[in-house]
Amino acid sequence: VTIALAIIALSFIAALALGFSAGRGKERTLESWSVGGRGFGTLFMFLLMAGEIYTTFTFLGGSGWAYGKGAPAFYIICYGSLAYITSYWLLPAIWRYAKEQKIFTQAEFMARKYDSVALGVLVAVVGVVAMIPYLVLQLKGLGLIVSEASNGAVSSGAAIWAGTIGLVAYVMVSGIHGSALTALVKDVMILVVVVALGLWLPWHLHGGMGPMFDAVELAKPGFLALPERGLSASWFSSTVLLTALGLYMWPQNFASAFSARNADTLRRNATFMPLYQLVLLFVFFIGFAAIVAVPGLEGADVDLALLRVVKQTLPGWVVGTVGAAGVLTALVPGSMILMAAATVLADTVYRTATGERDAQKIARIAKGLVPVVAGVALWFTFRGGSTIVALLLMGYSFVTQLFPAALLSLGRVRFSALSVGVGICVGVGIVSWTTLTGMTFAQLAPTWPPIITDVNIGILALGGNVCALLLAEVVHRVRA
Amino acid sequence: MRVHHALALIPAAALLAAPWIADRPTRLFGIPFLLAWTVGAVLLTSATMWLIHRLDAGTHEDES
Repeated sequence: VTIALAIIALSFIAALALGFSAGRGKERTLESWSVGGRGFGTLFMFLLMAGEIYTTFTFLGGSGWAYGKGAPAFYIICYGSLAYITSYWLLPAIWRYAKEQKIFTQAEFMARKYDSVALGVLVAVVGVVAMIPYLVLQLKGLGLIVSEASNGAVSSGAAIWAGTIGLVAYVMVSGIHGSALTALVKDVMILVVVVALGLWLPWHLHGGMGPMFDAVELAKPGFLALPERGLSASWFSSTVLLTALGLYMWPQNFASAFSARNADTLRRNATFMPLYQLVLLFVFFIGFAAIVAVPGLEGADVDLALLRVVKQTLPGWVVGTVGAAGVLTALVPGSMILMAAATVLADTVYRTATGERDAQKIARIAKGLVPVVAGVALWFTFRGGSTIVALLLMGYSFVTQLFPAALLSLGRVRFSALSVGVGICVGVGIVSWTTLTGMTFAQLAPTWPPIITDVNIGILALGGNVCALLLAEVVHRVRA
Repeated sequence: MRVHHALALIPAAALLAAPWIADRPTRLFGIPFLLAWTVGAVLLTSATMWLIHRLDAGTHEDES
Protein backbone atom coordinates (compact mmCIF):
# COMPACT_ATOMS: atom_id res chain seq x y z
CA VAL A 1 0.00 0.00 0.00
CA THR A 2 2.75 2.43 0.93
CA ILE A 3 4.55 1.85 -2.35
CA ALA A 4 1.31 2.32 -4.31
CA LEU A 5 0.64 5.57 -2.51
CA ALA A 6 4.20 6.78 -3.02
CA ILE A 7 3.98 6.18 -6.78
CA ILE A 8 0.66 8.03 -7.00
CA ALA A 9 1.96 10.97 -4.97
CA LEU A 10 5.17 11.20 -7.00
CA SER A 11 3.32 11.11 -10.33
CA PHE A 12 0.90 13.75 -9.08
CA ILE A 13 3.76 16.04 -8.08
CA ALA A 14 5.63 15.37 -11.34
CA ALA A 15 2.50 16.17 -13.36
CA LEU A 16 1.97 19.40 -11.45
CA ALA A 17 5.60 20.40 -11.94
CA LEU A 18 5.28 19.72 -15.64
CA GLY A 19 2.05 21.70 -15.73
CA PHE A 20 3.72 24.68 -14.05
CA SER A 21 6.84 24.60 -16.21
CA ALA A 22 4.73 24.58 -19.38
CA GLY A 23 3.48 28.08 -18.68
CA ARG A 24 6.92 29.67 -18.29
CA GLY A 25 7.83 32.27 -20.86
CA LYS A 26 4.31 32.24 -22.34
CA GLU A 27 2.33 35.41 -22.90
CA ARG A 28 -0.31 36.31 -20.36
CA THR A 29 -3.09 37.05 -22.83
CA LEU A 30 -6.36 35.14 -22.89
CA GLU A 31 -5.44 33.90 -26.37
CA SER A 32 -2.26 32.27 -25.10
CA TRP A 33 -3.77 31.01 -21.82
CA SER A 34 -6.99 29.61 -23.19
CA VAL A 35 -6.26 28.50 -26.77
CA GLY A 36 -2.45 28.28 -26.81
CA GLY A 37 -2.12 31.21 -29.19
CA ARG A 38 -3.76 28.99 -31.86
CA GLY A 39 -0.36 27.42 -32.48
CA PHE A 40 -0.70 23.68 -31.74
CA GLY A 41 0.45 21.31 -34.47
CA THR A 42 -0.80 17.80 -35.22
CA LEU A 43 0.95 16.02 -32.33
CA PHE A 44 -0.12 18.45 -29.62
CA MET A 45 -3.66 18.62 -30.97
CA PHE A 46 -3.84 14.83 -30.85
CA LEU A 47 -2.55 14.78 -27.28
CA LEU A 48 -4.85 17.57 -26.23
CA MET A 49 -7.98 16.03 -27.70
CA ALA A 50 -7.13 12.51 -26.59
CA GLY A 51 -6.27 14.00 -23.21
CA GLU A 52 -9.66 15.54 -22.67
CA ILE A 53 -11.95 13.07 -24.42
CA TYR A 54 -10.54 10.00 -22.62
CA THR A 55 -11.35 10.70 -18.97
CA THR A 56 -11.69 8.69 -15.76
CA PHE A 57 -15.14 7.86 -17.03
CA THR A 58 -13.60 6.12 -20.04
CA PHE A 59 -11.44 3.87 -17.89
CA LEU A 60 -13.43 3.26 -14.70
CA GLY A 61 -16.78 3.65 -16.47
CA GLY A 62 -15.79 1.70 -19.58
CA SER A 63 -14.51 -1.29 -17.61
CA GLY A 64 -17.49 -0.90 -15.26
CA TRP A 65 -19.92 -1.11 -18.18
CA ALA A 66 -18.23 -4.22 -19.58
CA TYR A 67 -18.33 -5.73 -16.08
CA GLY A 68 -21.90 -4.76 -15.27
CA LYS A 69 -23.69 -4.66 -18.62
CA GLY A 70 -21.62 -6.68 -21.11
CA ALA A 71 -22.11 -6.22 -24.85
CA PRO A 72 -24.00 -2.86 -24.68
CA ALA A 73 -20.68 -1.35 -23.51
CA PHE A 74 -19.34 -1.72 -27.06
CA TYR A 75 -21.33 1.38 -28.08
CA ILE A 76 -18.57 3.45 -26.46
CA ILE A 77 -16.11 2.37 -29.17
CA CYS A 78 -18.56 3.27 -31.94
CA TYR A 79 -19.71 6.74 -30.94
CA GLY A 80 -16.28 8.30 -30.67
CA SER A 81 -15.32 6.96 -34.05
CA LEU A 82 -18.48 8.38 -35.62
CA ALA A 83 -17.80 11.74 -33.99
CA TYR A 84 -14.29 11.83 -35.51
CA ILE A 85 -15.76 11.29 -38.97
CA THR A 86 -17.94 14.39 -38.57
CA SER A 87 -15.00 16.33 -37.11
CA TYR A 88 -13.23 16.21 -40.48
CA TRP A 89 -15.71 18.79 -41.82
CA LEU A 90 -17.05 20.36 -38.64
CA LEU A 91 -13.85 21.38 -36.86
CA PRO A 92 -11.97 23.09 -39.74
CA ALA A 93 -15.05 25.23 -40.45
CA ILE A 94 -15.36 26.18 -36.79
CA TRP A 95 -11.61 26.82 -36.51
CA ARG A 96 -11.53 29.14 -39.55
CA TYR A 97 -14.31 31.40 -38.30
CA ALA A 98 -12.92 31.45 -34.76
CA LYS A 99 -9.51 32.50 -36.03
CA GLU A 100 -10.90 35.28 -38.23
CA GLN A 101 -13.03 36.63 -35.40
CA LYS A 102 -10.51 35.94 -32.60
CA ILE A 103 -12.96 33.79 -30.65
CA PHE A 104 -12.07 31.77 -27.52
CA THR A 105 -15.31 30.07 -26.60
CA GLN A 106 -18.21 28.16 -28.04
CA ALA A 107 -20.69 30.69 -26.65
CA GLU A 108 -18.86 33.60 -28.29
CA PHE A 109 -18.79 31.60 -31.54
CA MET A 110 -22.59 31.28 -31.51
CA ALA A 111 -23.05 34.89 -30.45
CA ARG A 112 -21.02 36.16 -33.43
CA LYS A 113 -22.43 33.71 -35.94
CA TYR A 114 -26.01 34.58 -35.08
CA ASP A 115 -25.22 38.16 -34.13
CA SER A 116 -26.88 37.88 -30.73
CA VAL A 117 -25.31 38.29 -27.29
CA ALA A 118 -28.42 36.77 -25.73
CA LEU A 119 -27.84 33.54 -27.66
CA GLY A 120 -24.22 33.61 -26.51
CA VAL A 121 -25.29 33.82 -22.88
CA LEU A 122 -27.82 31.00 -23.37
CA VAL A 123 -25.14 28.75 -24.89
CA ALA A 124 -22.74 29.72 -22.08
CA VAL A 125 -25.28 28.80 -19.40
CA VAL A 126 -26.17 25.45 -21.03
CA GLY A 127 -22.45 24.68 -21.38
CA VAL A 128 -21.51 25.54 -17.81
CA VAL A 129 -24.48 23.64 -16.37
CA ALA A 130 -23.32 20.59 -18.34
CA MET A 131 -19.63 21.00 -17.48
CA ILE A 132 -19.93 21.26 -13.69
CA PRO A 133 -21.25 17.70 -13.18
CA TYR A 134 -18.63 16.46 -15.62
CA LEU A 135 -15.95 18.07 -13.48
CA VAL A 136 -17.54 16.61 -10.35
CA LEU A 137 -17.35 13.17 -11.97
CA GLN A 138 -13.61 13.61 -12.56
CA LEU A 139 -13.07 14.66 -8.94
CA LYS A 140 -15.11 11.76 -7.60
CA GLY A 141 -13.17 9.39 -9.86
CA LEU A 142 -9.91 10.80 -8.54
CA GLY A 143 -11.01 10.31 -4.93
CA LEU A 144 -12.16 6.78 -5.67
CA ILE A 145 -8.85 5.82 -7.28
CA VAL A 146 -6.66 7.18 -4.50
CA SER A 147 -8.70 5.75 -1.61
CA GLU A 148 -9.01 2.38 -3.35
CA ALA A 149 -5.31 2.18 -4.28
CA SER A 150 -4.26 3.14 -0.74
CA ASN A 151 -6.77 0.75 0.89
CA GLY A 152 -8.39 3.73 2.55
CA ALA A 153 -5.13 5.11 4.03
CA VAL A 154 -5.86 8.35 2.18
CA SER A 155 -9.54 9.20 2.28
CA SER A 156 -11.37 10.02 -0.90
CA GLY A 157 -12.14 13.49 0.46
CA ALA A 158 -8.49 14.32 1.21
CA ALA A 159 -7.46 13.15 -2.26
CA ILE A 160 -10.13 15.31 -3.87
CA TRP A 161 -8.98 18.40 -1.97
CA ALA A 162 -5.31 17.83 -2.80
CA GLY A 163 -6.13 17.12 -6.45
CA THR A 164 -8.32 20.18 -6.82
CA ILE A 165 -5.86 22.59 -5.22
CA GLY A 166 -3.04 21.37 -7.45
CA LEU A 167 -5.31 21.53 -10.46
CA VAL A 168 -6.48 25.09 -9.79
CA ALA A 169 -2.91 26.28 -9.26
CA TYR A 170 -1.49 24.94 -12.49
CA VAL A 171 -4.49 25.92 -14.58
CA MET A 172 -4.19 29.50 -13.32
CA VAL A 173 -0.47 29.61 -14.04
CA SER A 174 -0.12 27.65 -17.26
CA GLY A 175 -3.55 27.41 -18.83
CA ILE A 176 -3.78 25.18 -21.86
CA HIS A 177 0.00 24.80 -22.22
CA GLY A 178 -0.02 22.92 -18.91
CA SER A 179 -2.90 20.69 -20.00
CA ALA A 180 -1.21 19.75 -23.28
CA LEU A 181 2.07 18.78 -21.63
CA THR A 182 0.42 16.86 -18.79
CA ALA A 183 -1.72 15.14 -21.41
CA LEU A 184 1.45 13.74 -22.98
CA VAL A 185 2.41 11.97 -19.75
CA LYS A 186 -1.16 10.87 -19.15
CA ASP A 187 -1.63 9.42 -22.62
CA VAL A 188 1.60 7.42 -22.53
CA MET A 189 0.91 6.10 -19.02
CA ILE A 190 -2.68 5.11 -19.61
CA LEU A 191 -1.82 3.49 -22.93
CA VAL A 192 0.88 1.31 -21.38
CA VAL A 193 -1.18 0.45 -18.30
CA VAL A 194 -4.40 -0.40 -20.12
CA VAL A 195 -2.86 -2.42 -22.94
CA ALA A 196 -0.61 -4.36 -20.54
CA LEU A 197 -3.47 -5.16 -18.16
CA GLY A 198 -5.93 -5.88 -20.96
CA LEU A 199 -3.61 -8.51 -22.41
CA TRP A 200 -2.12 -9.89 -19.20
CA LEU A 201 -5.27 -10.36 -17.10
CA PRO A 202 -7.16 -12.64 -19.56
CA TRP A 203 -4.06 -14.82 -19.99
CA HIS A 204 -3.13 -14.89 -16.33
CA LEU A 205 -6.64 -15.59 -15.05
CA HIS A 206 -8.05 -17.75 -17.84
CA GLY A 207 -5.21 -18.80 -20.12
CA GLY A 208 -6.35 -16.73 -23.10
CA MET A 209 -8.96 -14.49 -24.68
CA GLY A 210 -11.23 -17.32 -25.87
CA PRO A 211 -11.28 -19.14 -22.50
CA MET A 212 -11.99 -15.84 -20.73
CA PHE A 213 -15.05 -15.14 -22.85
CA ASP A 214 -16.15 -18.76 -22.39
CA ALA A 215 -15.94 -18.23 -18.63
CA VAL A 216 -17.92 -14.99 -18.90
CA GLU A 217 -20.59 -16.73 -20.98
CA LEU A 218 -20.74 -19.51 -18.39
CA ALA A 219 -21.01 -17.09 -15.45
CA LYS A 220 -23.51 -14.81 -17.19
CA PRO A 221 -25.27 -16.53 -20.10
CA GLY A 222 -26.19 -14.14 -22.93
CA PHE A 223 -23.97 -11.41 -21.50
CA LEU A 224 -21.92 -11.08 -24.69
CA ALA A 225 -24.97 -10.40 -26.89
CA LEU A 226 -27.28 -7.40 -26.81
CA PRO A 227 -30.51 -7.99 -24.85
CA GLU A 228 -33.84 -8.29 -26.70
CA ARG A 229 -35.25 -5.38 -24.71
CA GLY A 230 -33.76 -2.42 -22.93
CA LEU A 231 -30.17 -1.92 -24.08
CA SER A 232 -31.05 -3.51 -27.42
CA ALA A 233 -29.89 -2.84 -31.00
CA SER A 234 -32.28 0.15 -31.24
CA TRP A 235 -30.85 1.62 -28.08
CA PHE A 236 -27.29 0.96 -29.31
CA SER A 237 -27.64 2.72 -32.68
CA SER A 238 -29.65 5.68 -31.39
CA THR A 239 -27.22 6.21 -28.51
CA VAL A 240 -24.19 6.02 -30.82
CA LEU A 241 -25.76 8.66 -33.05
CA LEU A 242 -26.78 11.01 -30.23
CA THR A 243 -23.52 10.88 -28.31
CA ALA A 244 -21.48 11.23 -31.52
CA LEU A 245 -23.32 14.47 -32.30
CA GLY A 246 -22.77 15.65 -28.74
CA LEU A 247 -19.05 14.88 -28.40
CA TYR A 248 -17.69 18.08 -29.95
CA MET A 249 -20.53 20.16 -28.53
CA TRP A 250 -18.94 19.93 -25.08
CA PRO A 251 -17.60 23.47 -24.66
CA GLN A 252 -14.10 22.25 -23.77
CA ASN A 253 -13.95 19.95 -26.82
CA PHE A 254 -15.41 22.59 -29.14
CA ALA A 255 -12.88 25.12 -27.85
CA SER A 256 -9.95 22.71 -28.18
CA ALA A 257 -10.31 23.05 -31.96
CA PHE A 258 -9.37 26.73 -31.57
CA SER A 259 -5.89 25.72 -30.40
CA ALA A 260 -4.97 24.21 -33.78
CA ARG A 261 -2.30 25.91 -35.85
CA ASN A 262 -4.27 25.41 -39.05
CA ALA A 263 -7.36 23.66 -40.34
CA ASP A 264 -5.42 20.79 -41.84
CA THR A 265 -4.14 19.82 -38.39
CA LEU A 266 -7.75 19.12 -37.46
CA ARG A 267 -8.38 17.06 -40.59
CA ARG A 268 -5.28 15.01 -39.91
CA ASN A 269 -6.52 14.53 -36.36
CA ALA A 270 -9.74 13.02 -37.72
CA THR A 271 -7.65 10.23 -39.25
CA PHE A 272 -5.64 9.49 -36.07
CA MET A 273 -8.22 9.92 -33.35
CA PRO A 274 -10.27 6.80 -34.21
CA LEU A 275 -7.21 4.63 -33.54
CA TYR A 276 -7.14 5.89 -29.96
CA GLN A 277 -10.61 4.36 -29.57
CA LEU A 278 -8.94 0.96 -29.64
CA VAL A 279 -7.70 1.59 -26.09
CA LEU A 280 -11.28 0.85 -25.10
CA LEU A 281 -10.94 -2.70 -26.39
CA PHE A 282 -8.35 -3.35 -23.68
CA VAL A 283 -10.43 -1.49 -21.10
CA PHE A 284 -13.28 -3.92 -21.89
CA PHE A 285 -10.95 -6.93 -21.57
CA ILE A 286 -10.10 -5.74 -18.05
CA GLY A 287 -13.78 -5.38 -17.20
CA PHE A 288 -14.58 -8.87 -18.51
CA ALA A 289 -11.61 -10.39 -16.66
CA ALA A 290 -12.99 -8.87 -13.45
CA ILE A 291 -16.35 -10.63 -13.84
CA VAL A 292 -14.96 -13.96 -12.72
CA ALA A 293 -12.10 -12.64 -10.55
CA VAL A 294 -14.02 -10.11 -8.43
CA PRO A 295 -17.72 -10.99 -8.74
CA GLY A 296 -20.58 -9.34 -6.89
CA LEU A 297 -20.00 -5.63 -7.49
CA GLU A 298 -23.32 -3.92 -8.14
CA GLY A 299 -24.79 -0.49 -8.80
CA ALA A 300 -22.24 2.31 -8.71
CA ASP A 301 -19.61 -0.14 -7.39
CA VAL A 302 -19.09 -1.62 -10.88
CA ASP A 303 -16.76 1.33 -11.49
CA LEU A 304 -14.41 -0.27 -8.95
CA ALA A 305 -14.04 -3.43 -11.05
CA LEU A 306 -10.78 -2.34 -12.69
CA LEU A 307 -9.08 -1.29 -9.46
CA ARG A 308 -10.28 -4.33 -7.53
CA VAL A 309 -9.07 -6.87 -10.07
CA VAL A 310 -5.67 -5.16 -10.23
CA LYS A 311 -5.37 -5.10 -6.44
CA GLN A 312 -6.28 -8.74 -6.18
CA THR A 313 -3.89 -10.07 -8.79
CA LEU A 314 -0.90 -7.72 -8.91
CA PRO A 315 1.80 -6.29 -6.61
CA GLY A 316 1.72 -2.84 -4.99
CA TRP A 317 3.85 -1.04 -7.51
CA VAL A 318 1.46 -2.00 -10.33
CA VAL A 319 -1.50 -0.83 -8.26
CA GLY A 320 0.36 2.44 -7.76
CA THR A 321 1.08 2.86 -11.46
CA VAL A 322 -2.53 2.15 -12.36
CA GLY A 323 -3.67 4.60 -9.69
CA ALA A 324 -1.26 7.26 -10.92
CA ALA A 325 -2.47 6.85 -14.51
CA GLY A 326 -6.02 7.08 -13.22
CA VAL A 327 -5.32 10.28 -11.30
CA LEU A 328 -3.85 11.88 -14.43
CA THR A 329 -6.91 10.90 -16.46
CA ALA A 330 -8.94 12.92 -13.97
CA LEU A 331 -6.58 15.91 -13.87
CA VAL A 332 -6.16 16.56 -17.61
CA PRO A 333 -9.84 16.73 -18.58
CA GLY A 334 -10.49 18.47 -15.26
CA SER A 335 -8.07 21.23 -16.21
CA MET A 336 -9.64 21.65 -19.65
CA ILE A 337 -13.13 21.86 -18.18
CA LEU A 338 -12.05 24.37 -15.54
CA MET A 339 -10.44 26.54 -18.19
CA ALA A 340 -13.34 26.32 -20.64
CA ALA A 341 -15.87 27.17 -17.91
CA ALA A 342 -13.83 30.08 -16.54
CA THR A 343 -13.17 31.47 -20.02
CA VAL A 344 -16.80 31.34 -21.08
CA LEU A 345 -17.99 32.94 -17.84
CA ALA A 346 -15.47 35.79 -18.18
CA ASP A 347 -15.44 36.24 -21.94
CA THR A 348 -19.15 35.88 -22.62
CA VAL A 349 -21.23 36.30 -19.47
CA TYR A 350 -19.15 38.90 -17.61
CA ARG A 351 -18.28 40.92 -20.71
CA THR A 352 -21.89 40.96 -21.89
CA ALA A 353 -23.19 41.93 -18.47
CA THR A 354 -20.69 44.73 -17.82
CA GLY A 355 -19.63 45.80 -21.31
CA GLU A 356 -15.99 45.50 -20.24
CA ARG A 357 -13.62 46.09 -23.18
CA ASP A 358 -10.21 45.70 -21.54
CA ALA A 359 -8.87 42.35 -22.80
CA GLN A 360 -6.29 42.13 -20.00
CA LYS A 361 -8.95 42.57 -17.37
CA ILE A 362 -11.06 39.83 -18.98
CA ALA A 363 -8.02 37.54 -18.92
CA ARG A 364 -7.46 38.30 -15.21
CA ILE A 365 -11.11 37.62 -14.44
CA ALA A 366 -11.02 34.32 -16.35
CA LYS A 367 -8.10 33.17 -14.21
CA GLY A 368 -9.78 34.46 -11.07
CA LEU A 369 -12.87 32.41 -11.88
CA VAL A 370 -10.90 29.14 -11.97
CA PRO A 371 -10.95 28.65 -8.16
CA VAL A 372 -14.59 29.75 -8.09
CA VAL A 373 -15.66 27.10 -10.60
CA ALA A 374 -13.52 24.53 -8.78
CA GLY A 375 -15.18 25.54 -5.50
CA VAL A 376 -18.65 24.99 -6.93
CA ALA A 377 -17.57 21.59 -8.22
CA LEU A 378 -16.14 20.71 -4.79
CA TRP A 379 -19.39 21.71 -3.14
CA PHE A 380 -21.35 19.41 -5.45
CA THR A 381 -18.80 16.63 -5.00
CA PHE A 382 -19.29 16.61 -1.23
CA ARG A 383 -22.86 17.82 -0.90
CA GLY A 384 -24.54 17.01 -4.21
CA GLY A 385 -25.73 13.54 -3.22
CA SER A 386 -27.76 11.77 -5.83
CA THR A 387 -28.82 14.92 -7.69
CA ILE A 388 -25.42 14.99 -9.32
CA VAL A 389 -26.16 11.72 -11.11
CA ALA A 390 -29.24 13.27 -12.70
CA LEU A 391 -27.25 16.38 -13.62
CA LEU A 392 -24.58 14.24 -15.19
CA LEU A 393 -27.03 12.27 -17.30
CA MET A 394 -28.48 15.59 -18.39
CA GLY A 395 -25.09 17.10 -19.20
CA TYR A 396 -24.42 15.05 -22.31
CA SER A 397 -27.98 15.51 -23.56
CA PHE A 398 -27.76 19.25 -22.84
CA VAL A 399 -24.71 19.86 -24.99
CA THR A 400 -26.17 17.69 -27.77
CA GLN A 401 -28.93 20.31 -28.05
CA LEU A 402 -26.31 22.77 -29.31
CA PHE A 403 -25.59 20.64 -32.37
CA PRO A 404 -28.34 22.00 -34.68
CA ALA A 405 -27.24 25.56 -33.89
CA ALA A 406 -23.58 24.75 -34.57
CA LEU A 407 -24.34 22.89 -37.79
CA LEU A 408 -26.73 25.53 -39.19
CA SER A 409 -24.26 28.31 -38.40
CA LEU A 410 -21.88 26.79 -40.95
CA GLY A 411 -24.41 26.53 -43.79
CA ARG A 412 -25.42 29.06 -46.41
CA VAL A 413 -28.99 29.60 -45.21
CA ARG A 414 -29.11 32.14 -42.38
CA PHE A 415 -31.26 31.25 -39.40
CA SER A 416 -32.28 33.81 -36.84
CA ALA A 417 -30.82 33.76 -33.33
CA LEU A 418 -34.32 33.63 -31.93
CA SER A 419 -35.24 30.40 -33.79
CA VAL A 420 -32.01 28.72 -32.75
CA GLY A 421 -32.51 29.88 -29.16
CA VAL A 422 -36.08 28.57 -29.11
CA GLY A 423 -34.81 25.21 -30.41
CA ILE A 424 -32.16 24.98 -27.69
CA CYS A 425 -34.68 25.92 -24.96
CA VAL A 426 -37.20 23.32 -26.15
CA GLY A 427 -34.48 20.64 -26.40
CA VAL A 428 -33.08 21.43 -22.97
CA GLY A 429 -36.62 21.52 -21.55
CA ILE A 430 -37.42 18.05 -22.90
CA VAL A 431 -34.10 16.69 -21.61
CA SER A 432 -34.77 18.06 -18.13
CA TRP A 433 -38.29 16.66 -18.09
CA THR A 434 -37.33 13.17 -19.30
CA THR A 435 -34.26 12.94 -17.03
CA LEU A 436 -35.92 14.18 -13.86
CA THR A 437 -38.99 11.97 -14.31
CA GLY A 438 -37.04 8.99 -15.71
CA MET A 439 -39.31 9.09 -18.75
CA THR A 440 -38.58 6.68 -21.64
CA PHE A 441 -40.31 5.83 -24.92
CA ALA A 442 -41.35 2.56 -23.27
CA GLN A 443 -43.40 4.55 -20.75
CA LEU A 444 -44.80 6.94 -23.34
CA ALA A 445 -45.98 4.11 -25.59
CA PRO A 446 -45.95 0.84 -23.63
CA THR A 447 -47.72 -1.16 -26.32
CA TRP A 448 -45.26 -0.37 -29.10
CA PRO A 449 -42.56 -2.90 -30.04
CA PRO A 450 -39.13 -2.63 -28.35
CA ILE A 451 -37.50 -1.69 -31.65
CA ILE A 452 -39.19 1.71 -31.21
CA THR A 453 -39.50 2.01 -27.44
CA ASP A 454 -35.80 1.19 -26.83
CA VAL A 455 -34.72 4.20 -28.87
CA ASN A 456 -32.77 6.63 -26.69
CA ILE A 457 -35.19 9.25 -25.36
CA GLY A 458 -32.62 11.90 -26.28
CA ILE A 459 -33.86 11.57 -29.89
CA LEU A 460 -37.15 13.10 -28.70
CA ALA A 461 -35.34 16.14 -27.31
CA LEU A 462 -33.21 16.62 -30.43
CA GLY A 463 -36.28 16.14 -32.66
CA GLY A 464 -38.27 18.62 -30.58
CA ASN A 465 -35.36 21.03 -30.77
CA VAL A 466 -35.19 20.88 -34.58
CA CYS A 467 -38.98 21.09 -35.03
CA ALA A 468 -39.24 24.11 -32.72
CA LEU A 469 -36.31 25.74 -34.48
CA LEU A 470 -37.86 25.29 -37.94
CA LEU A 471 -41.30 26.40 -36.77
CA ALA A 472 -39.89 29.53 -35.14
CA GLU A 473 -37.92 30.30 -38.29
CA VAL A 474 -41.04 30.00 -40.45
CA VAL A 475 -42.98 32.30 -38.12
CA HIS A 476 -40.04 34.70 -38.05
CA ARG A 477 -39.85 34.87 -41.85
CA VAL A 478 -43.60 35.23 -42.34
CA ARG A 479 -43.74 38.14 -39.90
CA ALA A 480 -40.58 39.80 -41.20
CA MET B 1 -17.99 18.66 -50.29
CA ARG B 2 -16.64 16.54 -53.10
CA VAL B 3 -17.69 13.17 -54.48
CA HIS B 4 -15.04 11.12 -52.68
CA HIS B 5 -16.23 12.55 -49.36
CA ALA B 6 -19.14 10.12 -49.70
CA LEU B 7 -16.63 7.38 -48.81
CA ALA B 8 -17.06 8.47 -45.20
CA LEU B 9 -20.58 7.01 -45.30
CA ILE B 10 -19.12 3.48 -45.39
CA PRO B 11 -17.47 3.47 -41.92
CA ALA B 12 -20.35 5.55 -40.55
CA ALA B 13 -22.79 2.86 -41.70
CA ALA B 14 -20.54 0.11 -40.31
CA LEU B 15 -20.59 1.84 -36.89
CA LEU B 16 -24.32 2.56 -36.77
CA ALA B 17 -25.40 -0.80 -38.21
CA ALA B 18 -23.05 -2.83 -35.97
CA PRO B 19 -25.71 -4.11 -33.53
CA TRP B 20 -28.06 -5.11 -36.39
CA ILE B 21 -25.61 -7.15 -38.44
CA ALA B 22 -22.80 -8.15 -36.11
CA ASP B 23 -24.57 -9.25 -32.91
CA ARG B 24 -23.97 -13.00 -33.40
CA PRO B 25 -22.71 -15.78 -31.13
CA THR B 26 -19.65 -16.34 -33.37
CA ARG B 27 -16.15 -15.51 -32.11
CA LEU B 28 -13.21 -14.02 -33.97
CA PHE B 29 -9.78 -14.67 -32.42
CA GLY B 30 -11.69 -15.66 -29.29
CA ILE B 31 -13.40 -12.24 -29.15
CA PRO B 32 -17.20 -11.82 -29.42
CA PHE B 33 -18.07 -11.00 -33.04
CA LEU B 34 -19.80 -7.70 -32.21
CA LEU B 35 -16.70 -6.44 -30.40
CA ALA B 36 -14.44 -7.61 -33.24
CA TRP B 37 -16.75 -5.83 -35.71
CA THR B 38 -16.56 -2.52 -33.86
CA VAL B 39 -12.77 -2.77 -33.82
CA GLY B 40 -12.81 -3.43 -37.57
CA ALA B 41 -15.13 -0.47 -38.10
CA VAL B 42 -12.75 1.79 -36.17
CA LEU B 43 -9.80 0.68 -38.31
CA LEU B 44 -11.92 1.23 -41.42
CA THR B 45 -12.83 4.72 -40.17
CA SER B 46 -9.20 5.68 -39.76
CA ALA B 47 -8.22 4.25 -43.15
CA THR B 48 -11.14 5.95 -44.91
CA MET B 49 -10.47 9.35 -43.36
CA TRP B 50 -6.81 8.99 -44.31
CA LEU B 51 -7.82 8.23 -47.91
CA ILE B 52 -10.21 11.18 -48.05
CA HIS B 53 -7.49 13.43 -46.71
CA ARG B 54 -5.07 12.13 -49.33
CA LEU B 55 -7.58 12.70 -52.14
CA ASP B 56 -8.21 16.18 -50.75
CA ALA B 57 -4.51 17.04 -50.84
CA GLY B 58 -3.87 20.43 -52.37
CA THR B 59 -7.54 21.42 -52.51
CA HIS B 60 -7.70 23.24 -49.18
CA GLU B 61 -6.55 26.83 -49.24
CA ASP B 62 -5.48 26.59 -45.59
CA GLU B 63 -2.78 23.89 -45.67
CA SER B 64 0.65 24.74 -44.51
